[in-house]
Amino acid sequence: MNLLLKIWRQQDANSKGKLVDYNVTGISPDSSFLEMLDVLNEQLVDKGEEPVVFDHDCREGICGMCSLFINGEAHGPDKGITTCQLHMRMFNDGDTIYIEPFRAAAMPVIKDLVVDRTGMDRIQQAGGYISVNTSGNTQDANALPIPKADADASFDAATCIGCGACIATCKNASAMLFLSAKVSQFALLPQGKVEAADRVKNMVRVMDEEGFGNCTNTGACEVECPKGISLDNIARMNREYLSAALAD
Amino acid sequence: MSKLDSKIPEGPIKDKWTNHKNHINVVNPANKRLIDVIVVGTGLAGGAASASLAEMGYNVKAFAYQDSPRRAHSIAAQGGINAAKNYQNDGDSDYRLFYDTVKGGDYRAREANVYRLAEVSGSIIDQCVAQGVPFARDYGGLLDNRSFGGVLVSRTFYAKGQTGQQLLLGAYSAMNRQIAKGKIAMYNRHEMLDVVVVDGKARGIIARDLITGKLERHSAHAVVIASGGYGNVFFLSTNAMGSNATAAWKIHKKGAYFANPCYTQIHPTCIPRSGDHQSKLTLMSESLRNDGRIWVPKHMKDVEAIRKGTKKPTDLSEDERDYYLERRYPAFGNLVPRDVASRAAKERCDAGYGVNATGEAVYLDFASAIIRYGKEKAHVTGLHNPTQEKIIELGKAVIESKYGNLFQMYEKIVDENPYETPMMIYPAVHYTMGGIWVDYNLQTTIPGCYAAGEANFSDHGANRLGASALMQGLADGYFVLPYTIGDYLAAEIRTGEIPTDLPEFVAAEKDVRDRIQTLMNIKGTKSVDHFHKRLGKVMWDKVGMARNEKGLKEAMDEIKQIREEFWKDVKIPGSAEAMNTELEKAGRVADFLELGELFAVDALHRNESCGGHFREESQTEEGEALRNDKDFAYVAAWEYTGNPREAKLHKEELTFNDIELKQRSYK
Repeated sequence: MNLLLKIWRQQDANSKGKLVDYNVTGISPDSSFLEMLDVLNEQLVDKGEEPVVFDHDCREGICGMCSLFINGEAHGPDKGITTCQLHMRMFNDGDTIYIEPFRAAAMPVIKDLVVDRTGMDRIQQAGGYISVNTSGNTQDANALPIPKADADASFDAATCIGCGACIATCKNASAMLFLSAKVSQFALLPQGKVEAADRVKNMVRVMDEEGFGNCTNTGACEVECPKGISLDNIARMNREYLSAALAD
Repeated sequence: MSKLDSKIPEGPIKDKWTNHKNHINVVNPANKRLIDVIVVGTGLAGGAASASLAEMGYNVKAFAYQDSPRRAHSIAAQGGINAAKNYQNDGDSDYRLFYDTVKGGDYRAREANVYRLAEVSGSIIDQCVAQGVPFARDYGGLLDNRSFGGVLVSRTFYAKGQTGQQLLLGAYSAMNRQIAKGKIAMYNRHEMLDVVVVDGKARGIIARDLITGKLERHSAHAVVIASGGYGNVFFLSTNAMGSNATAAWKIHKKGAYFANPCYTQIHPTCIPRSGDHQSKLTLMSESLRNDGRIWVPKHMKDVEAIRKGTKKPTDLSEDERDYYLERRYPAFGNLVPRDVASRAAKERCDAGYGVNATGEAVYLDFASAIIRYGKEKAHVTGLHNPTQEKIIELGKAVIESKYGNLFQMYEKIVDENPYETPMMIYPAVHYTMGGIWVDYNLQTTIPGCYAAGEANFSDHGANRLGASALMQGLADGYFVLPYTIGDYLAAEIRTGEIPTDLPEFVAAEKDVRDRIQTLMNIKGTKSVDHFHKRLGKVMWDKVGMARNEKGLKEAMDEIKQIREEFWKDVKIPGSAEAMNTELEKAGRVADFLELGELFAVDALHRNESCGGHFREESQTEEGEALRNDKDFAYVAAWEYTGNPREAKLHKEELTFNDIELKQRSYK
């Protein structure tokens, strides 16, 4: 396959970026989207030019490192996958493909297609945990039975990979789906209950401080989430937040 | 140079760890505030260690090359984590887990360490549940278990096919709690490029900020390396693209011995390479072999027809297929351990029977399982005389409920429907069992420098069973290192803060800067990947699953040749004082080019077939792997002498007092 790529190039956080045209040739339809970029980069290095920098690591759809807005969609045109799982057979020979970073004020560009997602970490640090020491003195795991339905629902929320597609897709750049996934995971488990009120308040506070926008229930996040995290989590989070606020 | 002392405690095996803990030095909480610890790598081992050490009161500085600890490659583990809980009442015990692990490691692990691993395994599950890890549960609300290859009990705890992710997020959340308290200083997008040794003790590291390119000096009273494995020395592996050996290799060059580098686990069920564009390999869970039958065509004409596309695998009748595992190993069939299944697949493909364009694939066929499950389902639902179509429809639904996500993943990558046509699989490099040599306290041969998780030479020996890597990472991080490091740090309470302007820091930083400058100044003609791919090909062809003396000697020369060319002809565009991913890769590949040669040296000296490693000179009359306990029951720990080929061998003899050494057989 031969393709025309229009790729966002930006030297660093303080520079102005722009779309630059690249032609790549001889791409196998069986290669992944990132392998296609590998081929481009190999060609750029051969010419002595700086390769396009993009985030990637496991290339199995689980580490959440890869990002990319492809033709206006987070993780590209296929559904339920990350960019590393997107394959070139989804495109046609001769296509023009726009490749841009995940854009949000709270996720500034570091270089080219790489953005700073550490704001998501700081939201987690504000309460995305259960306060238990790793002492080895915890009670036996089966001393705390959990209904299977609750455990399964908690697991479904916990599958969030923290890629940021929800934020990049949201017109308000809200981190609500991401945040609500963590809140839900713990809200559904008995061991998370004790500090539930503080957790949700603190996490929401930091989300606002970081400059992520608010949720207006358009649902684009759910559509683009590679792991199918449900909007129900946002509803649950709102209930948690409301009851925590009322208790104050 | 340090002496090889394993420091295994005295006493009966079941009491060793308890006695050791009782006699270990303890640092008082007020003094812990005066002590800094650096942790390099924040996966299961490093993340768990960072959280635990910070909770205990030490000041932790944690380093990760990713943008967040949550992305460490531990996250990609699928199947599960073992623990001797005996919840299923099938006779599991610490001893049985210990026994299975030593046997699964082909008797090349240290007994005392493996017993300790089994002993703390139960606490790991308790800990993770308390942290909110959503393990699978049964309808009574209690934890569910499944079984894995190589064992006869059901001891694997799991969270669907994402166990690694959930366990890592548990450790990450424990870290976050300490980051919020200011007890962990987290350095994301940083890479350790050297260890600083002062008066013979590890006192800090030189790290590069991967965003700005700036070099930084960080001091501490102890340094923990938890940077994972080195499977990417093969270029193609199931490891994450960024997984590298640099931290481990740098401390090796400063005096830490590197043990058993040739011990690499080859996983039999990966999606095969489809062409030269490929950047990595994807693992399909071992659980598929519970229901899939593995075969290649019996006749070469059918192989050729399939490759040409004039025949489909489903056109071949039962007697035109060679179910080679069932043929060779009637007792275990398709469920032989990973090393045996991998070698058998390679043997058939080497003989020319591979079924894809590259000749490196065998079939994993679910057709008979679909029929079997379909008939069963028809029975259960009271459907008499169902049509063949109905049986297949019912059977597919059962297979989908068991393996649906894996089948979908396969279809996305290969673009074939595995419900309709057999999957293609081939072995791939997965997990490294060699690594930095450590004593019972996880201390390397550099005082004050520790290694945990996959980065150390591991408790697993030559061939690891499934579901034990996660167990080891968390055991080291949560329950071993936090105790054993106190023994060393107790003597550090009066040391005070370590200044970073000591001459050793200045010199180490200069070395790192010079090396980077040398790399940037080569301005050659070939990309980093060019050299990495060449190295990978030599490693796979001559140092991979089957090796012989001639090939290994050739490999050593070829790797040296590639290394020399690399240092003359590599091309790295951009600047060293900015984000530069080519420069990052170059540094890592330069280390792999040395490690690869030591790997071959180790494989050459170990003239026995052991676990996943087949030395063609050492086999039984039937062509099976033949271990040699008389001459090779030891850990090979290599000391760096300036040239990987001239590394000096130190042996830690392995003694087996609680387990009898036996030849493995799966016939």
